[in-house]
Amino acid sequence: MSEIQPNMYRYDEFDARFVAERTAQFAGQVQRRLSGELTEDQFKPLRLMNGLYLQLHAYMLRVAVPYGTLSSRQMRMLAHIARKYDKGYGHFTTRQNIQYNWPRLVDVPDILRDLARVEMHAIQTSGNCIRNVTADHFAGASADEIEDPRPLAEIIRQWSSLHPEFVFLPRKFKIAVSGSPHDRAALAFHDMAIEIVKNAEGRTGYKVLVGGGMGRTPYIAQALGEFVEKQDILAFLESVLRVYNEQGRRDNIYKARIKILTNALGIEELKKLVAREFAEIKARGDLTVPREELDRITAYFAPPAFETLEDAMPFFDEKKGGDAAFNAWASQNIAKHRAPGYAIATISLKAVGAVPGDASAEQLDAIAGIMDRFSLGEVRVSHEQNLVLPHVRQRDLPAIFAALQAIDLATPNAGLITDIIACPGLDYCDLANARSIPIAQRIARKFADLDRQHDIGELKIKISGCINACGHHHAGHIGILGVDKKGVEFYQLQLGGSGAEDASIGEVMGPGFTEHEIAGAVERVVNAYLAARKPGERFLDAYRRIGMTPFKQAAYDMEAA
Amino acid sequence: MAHQNHGSQMLTANRLRDGDVLYRKGDGWVLALADGDVFGDEAAAQAALAAAQGEAGRNEFVSPYLFEVRIVDGRIIPVKEREVIRAAGPTVRHDLGKQAGMVNV
Ligand code: SF4
Repeated sequence: MSEIQPNMYRYDEFDARFVAERTAQFAGQVQRRLSGELTEDQFKPLRLMNGLYLQLHAYMLRVAVPYGTLSSRQMRMLAHIARKYDKGYGHFTTRQNIQYNWPRLVDVPDILRDLARVEMHAIQTSGNCIRNVTADHFAGASADEIEDPRPLAEIIRQWSSLHPEFVFLPRKFKIAVSGSPHDRAALAFHDMAIEIVKNAEGRTGYKVLVGGGMGRTPYIAQALGEFVEKQDILAFLESVLRVYNEQGRRDNIYKARIKILTNALGIEELKKLVAREFAEIKARGDLTVPREELDRITAYFAPPAFETLEDAMPFFDEKKGGDAAFNAWASQNIAKHRAPGYAIATISLKAVGAVPGDASAEQLDAIAGIMDRFSLGEVRVSHEQNLVLPHVRQRDLPAIFAALQAIDLATPNAGLITDIIACPGLDYCDLANARSIPIAQRIARKFADLDRQHDIGELKIKISGCINACGHHHAGHIGILGVDKKGVEFYQLQLGGSGAEDASIGEVMGPGFTEHEIAGAVERVVNAYLAARKPGERFLDAYRRIGMTPFKQAAYDMEAA
Repeated sequence: MAHQNHGSQMLTANRLRDGDVLYRKGDGWVLALADGDVFGDEAAAQAALAAAQGEAGRNEFVSPYLFEVRIVDGRIIPVKEREVIRAAGPTVRHDLGKQAGMVNV
């Protein structure tokens, strides 16, 4: 099967030159560090600007996957890098990136050269800059979408990549985009988020949210602009960034994010300041996005030429004698596509007992083959640490399922209790207080029975190994935060968070649990839900209705089964 | 400022060229925790750290720091879980890291 080039952004001459220059520049910097010309203090900011961290066991390279879209050619390169330079696997993160946990410093220039060959890099994955923009992983495919948000993400990427004013912001700045009323991109938890909306006249524009975030002080983003015209979006974003650059706290790392500024000023005051900057930039008139430029970039993401097909769903009707394992997968991991006869298929990286988000080089290679055969050469990385085949024919689903089964990636649990987000935690991360992955594995094993998972229904568990919240614990229906008590791992439970359009921050339950107690506590909380729920009521809705008390009583009742 | 009483300590760092975890032994480094020097008092630990910091210009290692250990039945056990994991490798992948005999060279 030949490699298919999907519709996605292709580097122009400028991009290609920029990435090649940065790669050569960093190779020189690595050489100078090894020879002693650069000290570690001089080198550290340079390596971080190129996505290279020093973690608990080794270096870690974070590779950007812009708006979560990958071609099969890129996927094969990711597999090649895992095999040749790392330990045979990669880890997909909640930022839609991929991380390698064991690269040697001496090999990193070669890795970056290999990445550049497939238009990839590790820039803007670290440091106080505008980070790699994330997007709805169903972008361009979902039936409920107003417009594909990726052209906007690409415009923001180009605008922000080298913007001289925004290289040294007070702190990192994360932007997410979505084109659908159903929020799959955790918009409300970003420094800034843009949702494509339609106004009363039926024109599309942008709703801009600001000041959301997780970490030590979680906040839900607030609306700064209800409807920003398309051509004005860069002027608007630049206005916000200017206010932030000027007024954001640089004296205290814990108060430096725009969420703190937003809440210190109040949203109304921020609106005024932004409006003033906006008027100035507009008067200058040099930040208008020309229609032709928007069209040019949008053309890269043109919908593929879908065949004219009939909808075959529900094709997983058991009475028709379908295979039970396939039916379970299809009913859980398939979402509705915009084109008749097509579907969106989630590849769960959450097999019970596996490491959430990890994939081996062999699996990555096999997925590249599946992408070419069945998904027009394309895959998405989701912030939930899964992969998504965005454009598959419904009639190919049984063959896709069989191909995924062959590489142990056909787990039918998308959105269920075992589809757990977990950050790398103390198994890998230098900043961690506690392990996350083994907790996810223990909970997944407890709930391994598929019938039980289905009975529980949608329940999102999210685990972070420290307050930095890379595992999105604040947004978990059940969130778990690892803390350190005198060198021993403890786990706090939070309930009632949501990263969807009904966004909320989870409420802390009380004293933490030990590593051995936490999975049992989660089980008792789930049992309390099952006992209290009304027909059809999700865990989150039951929690919102009855509050913390019954769950808390259950969780601390260690005698209960 | 009075020094806290830390008990026994060891000195660790990462090798520059590949990031592998190192432990101080004499005036050099070894790859296994069990082979490293244990400093019984704060003065010896601080002296080792100062010596290592003075060698930073050799470009062999980065980020040296001290951590606490206990000796249990003749074995060195780090006090913090973090250092136990750093010395062995990920607890979720026993095929990786020092526990797997994997030296990152
Ligand atoms: S949440 Fe903390 S432990 Fe987890 S990956 Fe982020 S920094 Fe590391």
